[in-house]
Amino acid sequence: MVQWTDFERATIQSVFEKMDYDDVGPAALSRCLVVYPWTQRYFGNFGNLYNAAAIQGNPMVAAHGKTVLHGLDRAVKNMDDIKATYAELSVLHSEKLHVDPDNFRLLADCLTIVVAARMGAAFTADVQGAFQKFLAVVVSSLGKQYH
Amino acid sequence: MSLSAKEKVIVKDFFAKVSSRSDEIGAEALARLIVVYPQTKSYFAHWKDLSPNGAPVRKHGITVMGGVYEAVSKIDDLAGGLLTLSELHAFVLRVDPVNFKILSHCIMVVLSMLFAEEFTPQIHVAVDKFLALVALALAEKYR
Repeated sequence: MVQWTDFERATIQSVFEKMDYDDVGPAALSRCLVVYPWTQRYFGNFGNLYNAAAIQGNPMVAAHGKTVLHGLDRAVKNMDDIKATYAELSVLHSEKLHVDPDNFRLLADCLTIVVAARMGAAFTADVQGAFQKFLAVVVSSLGKQYH
Repeated sequence: MSLSAKEKVIVKDFFAKVSSRSDEIGAEALARLIVVYPQTKSYFAHWKDLSPNGAPVRKHGITVMGGVYEAVSKIDDLAGGLLTLSELHAFVLRVDPVNFKILSHCIMVVLSMLFAEEFTPQIHVAVDKFLALVALALAEKYR
């Protein structure tokens, strides 16, 4: 089981409480599709992803970005058992969506960069540490049911 | 994954734009490296003060960022231009190359924090590629 300090728990709750999901979700997913273009392989039916402008203006990308970000809510509310919380989602990503689990890490890195931009100086080294630890647990849990 | 001519311009322009704060970027990136990835402290055990805001960390961050700027100036031939630095890292420092990736991430987090408007996805991808190529050039002499 993952051990969380009081600081880490408080930080995760606070960061997600203050987050504008409608802004951060789309920004993180579109950034991932631009910075790591091979991730576009999973979105063949999303229409125009031909260049950065098209990706950032694509409404399906935006909608999916919000969906994915809200997917983190359950982990935020169940920090003491993220592995069990995401068992079903892990199976879904493996068996149905066939997503290479390395993509979770890529998206997590983009999410970190976007949150850093939104929080500015408030995204201190300690906050970054807590945030990245949380995402690392999420990423690991989502990859757990792959076989 | 080499840099296109357009991406080289993007990288040179962006780093020129942020050059007035390069010391701050370097110091902050190194501070984050040792806080968020504590295993990296293993390379600095010889420093008396390993606090993220202490003098040794700040000074070294500035040195490292100086290296990044040197790489920008040698963007057309990174392997050749960074030969001496590569020999230093390979034979003297022997930093495991996995850490180059980690530091690149920290640099980009700091760039995003300090230059939120400017660090667009298009600039992010060019900088990400550039830093990956710098890492490759630094590892050139390892084996």
